[in-house]
Amino acid sequence: MAKVEDEVGRTALDDEVEPTAAAEIAAPPEILAESLGQYVRAWGRRVAGGESGALPVVFALVIIAVAFEIWTQGLFLSPQNLVNLFIESMVFMTLGMAEIFVLLLGEIDLSAGYILAVSAGVAGLLVQKPGPDWPWWLAIVTALVCSGVTGAVWGLLVSKLHLPSFVVTLAGLLIMWGVMLVMLGNAGEVSVASRILVNQHVLYQIVWGNIPPVAGWVGLAVLSLLFAGFTISRDFGRRRKGLVAPPPGLTILKIAFFVAAGIAVVAVCNVNRGSAVVVLAGVPWVVPIVLVVLLLWVVLLQRTKFGRYVYAIGGNPDAARRAGISLATVRTWAFALAGVTAGFSGILYLSWQGGTSTNVNGGQYVLYGVAAAVIGGTSLFGGRGKIAQAVLGGLVIGAIYNGLYLQGVQVQWQLIATGLVLVGAVLVDTLSRRGTLSGSATRI
Amino acid sequence: MSSAPGSESPTPGAPGSALVSPGTQPLLQLRGVDKHFGAVQALYHVDLDLPAAQVTALCGDNGAGKSVLTRCIAGIHQPDRGEILWSGKQVHLRGPRDAADLGIEVVYQDLALADNLDIVQNMFLGRERVHRGLLNEDSMERAAAETLRNLKVTTVRSIRQPVASLSGGQRQAVAVAKAVMWNSKLVLLDEPTAALGVVQTRMVLDLVRTLRDHGLGVMLVSHNLNDVFQVADRIAVLHLGRKVAEGPAADFDLQSVVEYMTTGSAHR
Repeated sequence: MAKVEDEVGRTALDDEVEPTAAAEIAAPPEILAESLGQYVRAWGRRVAGGESGALPVVFALVIIAVAFEIWTQGLFLSPQNLVNLFIESMVFMTLGMAEIFVLLLGEIDLSAGYILAVSAGVAGLLVQKPGPDWPWWLAIVTALVCSGVTGAVWGLLVSKLHLPSFVVTLAGLLIMWGVMLVMLGNAGEVSVASRILVNQHVLYQIVWGNIPPVAGWVGLAVLSLLFAGFTISRDFGRRRKGLVAPPPGLTILKIAFFVAAGIAVVAVCNVNRGSAVVVLAGVPWVVPIVLVVLLLWVVLLQRTKFGRYVYAIGGNPDAARRAGISLATVRTWAFALAGVTAGFSGILYLSWQGGTSTNVNGGQYVLYGVAAAVIGGTSLFGGRGKIAQAVLGGLVIGAIYNGLYLQGVQVQWQLIATGLVLVGAVLVDTLSRRGTLSGSATRI
Repeated sequence: MSSAPGSESPTPGAPGSALVSPGTQPLLQLRGVDKHFGAVQALYHVDLDLPAAQVTALCGDNGAGKSVLTRCIAGIHQPDRGEILWSGKQVHLRGPRDAADLGIEVVYQDLALADNLDIVQNMFLGRERVHRGLLNEDSMERAAAETLRNLKVTTVRSIRQPVASLSGGQRQAVAVAKAVMWNSKLVLLDEPTAALGVVQTRMVLDLVRTLRDHGLGVMLVSHNLNDVFQVADRIAVLHLGRKVAEGPAADFDLQSVVEYMTTGSAHR
């Protein structure tokens, strides 16, 4: 296609409300640039124009890391603490992923935190002995199905009866809170920390079990090769066929970044964080498990019709309706998938805490989930965002949580700090929305 | 006044379509179409021919019934009486799908584009090509690029840029390209230049001519008479739900069209 400077479009832009540079800013640099240099320049213009992408969140992570590193006198970035941080962040990341499914539609799910609590309760109760003593995998599947069905019910109420999702899921929050209290009964807690009962132990090991260090490196090597092979064959293949493709330098850079991040994570996790006698090292199993879920959802949202329709509905519901898309079906499924993902974070929570109790603060967790999504760069107004953004956002939340805890800061200050970060993230979202053209159907 | 008694049930190809140059079967014919909503009569006995490879402009003041007529052809409204003939054969359009299946596409004034999706994604919205369950982006991108090339839409920098980053004329072009991608034979354009500046308007009118040169029938709904006289081969005027004039553009001038639009008749 013509990549020449366009006379017509350029002059005509002046007649309209949009600033002249808008077209250049809003177009992602990777589709316009022919070389890495052009890409960097286009990217710079975009950042200057307010469309900053992942930059603020990476920037925030660096500042948080440096600040806590100084404040805790080197404790924060120690391998042992970093592994803890990864583990804590997993729950926030997966809750963020859950929220992104509905945020992309311009909806919200306030019940996700208590879906997490109920899911943890279901899975925990099902592996009790004496008790049901179900196999661990069946307990997980049951918990996920319950969560998915719950989400689907909210979805049906929202899409068929046209109730606002805020109210439906607020009611859902209360209902699931109550359900959790009923489930856990008088004991008020359930444990999966047994080392003798296999089904409990497997659940426990999801977070606390480690991949042997050598296997971690092998796994990373395989993963890197797969990623590199896939990215190169796709990007270079498209380039060869004359389709829009990122500059070759960018493809290489992406792969290098992936490999570097992988090496950093594996290296940190493989440091012995036990003692000389009891060696404790390796990547926690939860890391690759969350990666698999992430990959599944990325494929679903970026590479299938369903995903395309989620974005279309979030961008312009009327256009989607006229294109023959069933809005109700897509919305219901999105809520169901948000439920499943929240349920999955419940499994991680159960494993992380070695059990669950009536003390789970689902209201706070769901806000952390929304915060993770929004901090990562997902828009509250629908249509804009990527599931992978929950990873960075979750890390930010996890880092604040972890750092303040490490420093012995009282919980009230943790809440205030997290709230401030959330406000900052929404501010960035709103400002970038105002600065660019995204999301507005009225502007012609 | 239209609705001459003889035009109630024309046999295909018969002189019922005398206004079209002989030998061409109009792509779409409306015969005596009535439409009312409750007590409001929106269309009275409207006859209209839309031939292939010609631009027919449908003019009329606000409330003249242009939108209702467009929606009847698009299958959104069903006429209360009268018939719609497609290539001479009577058809019943029960919904937009029926119209689309025949090859009738409508570009509405609001364009129905999702700003957050790119050009290719918008052009294939709802009709994505899928390969083993996954979207076949390569094939869709190639097809979209070819369609845009055929329509001589060369001003977009990349077909992977989000529609939000396009100018008004480019958005209109994408909406039109989206409409003609599907082997459509008749394209209805609803006020395509309403929100555009001078240069953008010229670009869209060029696009309309390209469509005609490709053999498509075009119905241009507009009350911008400058545009109408620039591209229309034929002009039809609605006044308060009745068709008051229809004929080759050469038979009209600016003043007569204005008179038809405002008073329903003209003194020539």
